[in-house]
Amino acid sequence: MITVDIEKKLNARSTQGMLKIAQQFPKGSITKIYGPSGAGKTTLLKVIAGLAKPEKGVIIVDDVSWLDTEKGISLSPQERKTGFVFQHYALFPNMTALQHMHYATHHEPWIKQLLAIGKLETFADQKPEYLSGGQQQRLAILRAMAIKPKLLLMDEPFAALDPDMKTELIRNLQLLWKQLGTTVLIVSHNPQELEGVFDQEVLIKSPIV
Amino acid sequence: MDLSPIFLTLKLAAITTVLLLSIGLPIARWLSKSRSIFKLIIEAIITMPLVLPPSVLGFYLLLAFSPQHGIGKWLRDVFDIQLVFSFPGLILASVIYSLPFMIGPIKSALQQLSPSLAQASYTLGKSERQTFFHVLLPNIRSSVLTAATLTFAHTLGEFGVVLMIGGNIPGVTRVASIAVYDAVENQDYAAANVYSLILFIITFITVISVFVFNKYKAKSPLE
Repeated sequence: MITVDIEKKLNARSTQGMLKIAQQFPKGSITKIYGPSGAGKTTLLKVIAGLAKPEKGVIIVDDVSWLDTEKGISLSPQERKTGFVFQHYALFPNMTALQHMHYATHHEPWIKQLLAIGKLETFADQKPEYLSGGQQQRLAILRAMAIKPKLLLMDEPFAALDPDMKTELIRNLQLLWKQLGTTVLIVSHNPQELEGVFDQEVLIKSPIV
Repeated sequence: MDLSPIFLTLKLAAITTVLLLSIGLPIARWLSKSRSIFKLIIEAIITMPLVLPPSVLGFYLLLAFSPQHGIGKWLRDVFDIQLVFSFPGLILASVIYSLPFMIGPIKSALQQLSPSLAQASYTLGKSERQTFFHVLLPNIRSSVLTAATLTFAHTLGEFGVVLMIGGNIPGVTRVASIAVYDAVENQDYAAANVYSLILFIITFITVISVFVFNKYKAKSPLE
């Protein structure tokens, strides 16, 4: 079980708004997070991953405290090691697709399996600049999956994929998530997206001003 | 024709560049991260040699490392090291004087990289050091090359600071720029011309090589 109860200013330099969320995510579940632009969906994922610090709050993952502002606990992103799919992919321009995977893991059969799922075997030697938008997005997903994360945070992860590719990829990913017991949080701005995939959905409303 | 000033200059420039690469990279990384008043002050101090007259910097280094008092006296008494009028003293002065030429381009390049690159690496469990060497550094290669070249070329042309702390000791501190000055003082224009021409050619080759290496990467070799 993952418990998140945080308060985070969305813009440190102004009083634009505050993200406040108290939510539980059952272990192995898939949660869709949606809401208007600027509501703080990406910020929530970054706070959970340890990439952004909230003003106050707690994050508990499987009875381990990742964050407790009152007790001064805050595990580093490396200690949390969440799989993270960035909205704009954050691929490394200097690495080929295969090098991305090797940077994350040295488990060769697992790399081979992931590349097959993402249909990137024939593009393994290509750097991101030579991949299409959809291929880059798939590589970002595969890189996050390479570390076999217990918690996977995905920020608009399927936006650049065509419907057929998206359906097949999600189906294959669901099998892996089940096999690994991965808890998945997927941010989407589209209320209709991922119907039948998620176990629960969370609406992040406009920030409190 | 005594070519030792040219070799001494090349030796000084090469050592300064290697030393500055090893200390400049971590400093540039540190400065490129979130800003604070303390960092701004450090950055201002590092940038000072760009605008300060070299003779002023040289004068204060001469005072600081004079074996009669202060740090210079301590270095001589404890380690038997004398920095003024010595080659190690020239290296120290050159490192301080060329610091902004190494750190400036690298810091700017690091700041232009998307923060999500480092963040993606952290979420894969990679440390700061692994992230720096495997993700950040390879993606700012052209800027590192520019910084190293600028540092090398700048050290070749040092005069004021080198003269103040090193003087003009043949084979020890008499670098090419001082040899040119010395030759002109002695009205030996032929020797001054040879030294100047060699410096000109070395500097031109250094700068043009950056243009060629960065042809497709940067808009300008000074980027």
